[in-house]
Amino acid sequence: MSRIKELFEKKKKELVSIYFTAGFPTVDSTMQILSALQENGTDIVELGMPFSDPLADGPVIQHSSEVAIKNGMNLDLLFEQTKEMRKSISIPIVLMGYLNPLLQYGLDKFLKRAAENGFDALIIPDLPIREYEMQYKPLFEKHGLQNIFLVTPQTNEERVRHIDKISNAFIYLVSSASTTGAKDKFATEQENYFKRIASYKLNNPLLTGFGISNRQTFEQACKYTNGAIIGSAFIKALEKDNNIKSVVSNFIHSIVKEKVA
Amino acid sequence: MNFKPDKYGYYGEFGGAFIPELLHRNVEELQQQYEGIIGDPAFQKEYADLLRDYVGRPTPLYLAKRLSEKYSTNIYLKREDLNHTGAHKINNTIGQILLAKRLGKTRIIAETGAGQHGVATATVCALMNLDCIVYMGEVDIKRQAPNVARMKLLGAKVVPATCGSKTLKDATNEAIRDWINNPEDTHYIIGSVVGPHPYPDMVARFQSVISEEIKKQLLEKTGKENPDVVIACVGGGSNAAGAFYHFLDSPDVKLIGTEAAGMGIDTGHTAATLAIGTPGVIHACKTMLMQDAYGQITEPYSISAGLDYPGIGPLHAHLHGTKRASFLSITDEEAVKAAFLLCRLEGIIPALESSHALAALEKVKFQKHETIVVNLSGRGDKDLETYMNKMNHEQN
Ligand SMILES: Cc1ncc(COP(=O)(O)O)c(C=O)c1O
Repeated sequence: MSRIKELFEKKKKELVSIYFTAGFPTVDSTMQILSALQENGTDIVELGMPFSDPLADGPVIQHSSEVAIKNGMNLDLLFEQTKEMRKSISIPIVLMGYLNPLLQYGLDKFLKRAAENGFDALIIPDLPIREYEMQYKPLFEKHGLQNIFLVTPQTNEERVRHIDKISNAFIYLVSSASTTGAKDKFATEQENYFKRIASYKLNNPLLTGFGISNRQTFEQACKYTNGAIIGSAFIKALEKDNNIKSVVSNFIHSIVKEKVA
Repeated sequence: MNFKPDKYGYYGEFGGAFIPELLHRNVEELQQQYEGIIGDPAFQKEYADLLRDYVGRPTPLYLAKRLSEKYSTNIYLKREDLNHTGAHKINNTIGQILLAKRLGKTRIIAETGAGQHGVATATVCALMNLDCIVYMGEVDIKRQAPNVARMKLLGAKVVPATCGSKTLKDATNEAIRDWINNPEDTHYIIGSVVGPHPYPDMVARFQSVISEEIKKQLLEKTGKENPDVVIACVGGGSNAAGAFYHFLDSPDVKLIGTEAAGMGIDTGHTAATLAIGTPGVIHACKTMLMQDAYGQITEPYSISAGLDYPGIGPLHAHLHGTKRASFLSITDEEAVKAAFLLCRLEGIIPALESSHALAALEKVKFQKHETIVVNLSGRGDKDLETYMNKMNHEQN
């Protein structure tokens, strides 16, 4: 069974997923952050591959990408850094990035190396379903890597059901019509949207992302979906403090309620 | 050969719609409706009336005698510089604003490089009483100040793009992000034949009025509707697409696009996408673009803000790939020289962008009997400061 499937079998609620950009804040922080996230109970990691023109991202992730590229992060280096990662990291890791760098690298070669290193799936915001199905799907299947699709408040029921049909890991529920970025709380409009999607009783688990920043937004998202993805708020925390271990531990514990022993 | 896109917006291998799911509904709505709306006779009439009475079309096709003498051939200038607002850009914004109204949109966004598209968008928004937000790179805000002032006078909000090279590419990123954040009430008026399907085809259709008129005017003037050569500058490629459009299927008409070489195509300071680019995806479109070995998009450079773009419309990538059109690279220096020449020989101050088309006259050998059409995409009022700096520099 895939790591992602196994996780959702074991744990159905309040999954914590953290996004960060490879090569940020420093070029070799990637593995340190991964280890610290695992130690502190993160369920899934989304590892961002920096791109010069991240269209679906807000200012915080844009900035982290810019810094990471300046730091010298690139796909060869990332694969080099994560070559041995499965010796110590057992949680699922999803690679997230834009299509152009992958095409330039060679999609076949990229997927091959990603699979070899033990990555579990991909999120490519600018690879929409139509283009994926028209030309790239066989390559993903060849390397056994799932492509994860997004659902937004504008996605109608028919399309949500189609996405559910072609998905095999989880569905990424975008919390609101927006680029990425931290928000303080969700409006009733968003709650209604979460309820609408939940009422479809989809086959795939749902993780909510975009705008999750604190315990309140995390808990709201978890009420209707299996967990939430936090990106910008975590990157902001990394910007403020360079002690990775303490940043990660403080951050995760500010989001998740302490488990009663 | 076929130069119309297929139903998914592909010109050969180029085109498509590589949009995030967040834009799916808006882009799909356009894909499904644009042909129906544009084809509607009521739309056609409203569009044609505005082009005639408001924009001032048809624009003249002018036989430039002294320029023709210099190059020993017959050179006609298609005077898009005489359009209201001073460039071809308004052909597209009139079309798209009418479309936006039919889609029930109330808020308009646009990106701009030289500011000509921004001004043309601000103009039609004032005309139709719609909110207008224009994204413009910080560098361009400085070098095209007159156009920033015009947009503000027309009631538009100009928002600086402060990332990357702070030019057209970055302004386009910001406009796309705005659209993601405002999916209900907003229409994005893209200013060139770039972006996701259906924009490249839609903008080309609105600009195709240029070649439609050239055909009629040439027939009147010369007895033949096809010229031997059509020359146009290419940033994203909209004025070139319009000037080429009705000649695409006439292989006897030679089509020449000119890209901005900046300081030279091998200097690292260039915007000549087809000369040094490779296939990839930029602004939701598969096309040729300037990028590094890891697919990071390269920051372009050109003296001309309207050509300072690291991509190119998919139609042109296809014309290049199939060799239906040829493309030349023109440096800053060559463009400025061509601009000065036109000022002195014909009493016309061209836009820096258009000067890149004029510079092709130096590079291509023409026959005495041939008919050459140069698309003069815009006027040079916005570029006076750059021209004066160059002139003073030359005199010192
Ligand atoms: C006068 C003029 N010509 C040409 C261009 C380049 O655009 P395109 O290649 O879409 O015609 C611009 C863009 O701002 C312009 O202002």
